[in-house]
Amino acid sequence: MADPMKIRAQMQGDKVEVKVLMAHEMETGLRKDSSGKPIPAWFIQNVTATCNGKTVLSAEWGPAVSKNPFLAFRFSGGKPGDKVTISWVDNHGDKRTDEATIS
Amino acid sequence: MHSGRRKALQDAGGLAVLALGMAAGLFKPSIARADWNKEAFSTKSFAEAVKDLGGSQPVESKEIRIDSPDIAENGAVVPFAVSSGMPDTQKIALLIEKNPNILAAEFDIPAGTEGWINTRVKMNQTSRVIALVKAGDKYYYNAKEVKVTLGGCGG
Repeated sequence: MADPMKIRAQMQGDKVEVKVLMAHEMETGLRKDSSGKPIPAWFIQNVTATCNGKTVLSAEWGPAVSKNPFLAFRFSGGKPGDKVTISWVDNHGDKRTDEATIS
Repeated sequence: MHSGRRKALQDAGGLAVLALGMAAGLFKPSIARADWNKEAFSTKSFAEAVKDLGGSQPVESKEIRIDSPDIAENGAVVPFAVSSGMPDTQKIALLIEKNPNILAAEFDIPAGTEGWINTRVKMNQTSRVIALVKAGDKYYYNAKEVKVTLGGCGG
């Protein structure tokens, strides 16, 4: 299981700004190791964010997203105390879900 | 299992493995695979990527803003903020013309979520970066050149 995400969800006026830092190698599949063997691709493909049961963002990523991906977005309809849940799935089928409380 | 199946697909000689993988795939359909637009993420040109994302003939728009450094010292981590000033923005995609595959990331923006995305991507070399936005039924784009002094995709 991958390391937990760091999620911060804060009110900015009437919107919620969410910042997420995920721990993932995001290997492109194009690099080679020291012996010249290609390193297989390993990257997050899908990211979903929900708040109060409603999807507030969904994303599809390619291997060009940086290692330990950062993502920020804003949505309306959240209030302090609500929970924002973020999930990702990588190309190995590994998953991780974490949540944060809006402050 | 699914990564095995994918490798098998790329391997011309792996027919038996392919059949096995397909059989296995029937019993355990992968959620990840089903939702991931493999065609769009394999394209090399802007026109192809737009087509695979379901659009055609995108119009240039100054309403789309790309905030990024003009010169990125480290191509492995280039921050981008894309904001769409257009009403009913449904999709934002970030494309890097000179990367091995042009599409870097695609975001679906549901109603209630602002047309603004901030993320970090890898850039192989100095390239034109295109932000593609779907607003209403139409596709719009804007582009900017970002210089990279150290590539982010090399070994």
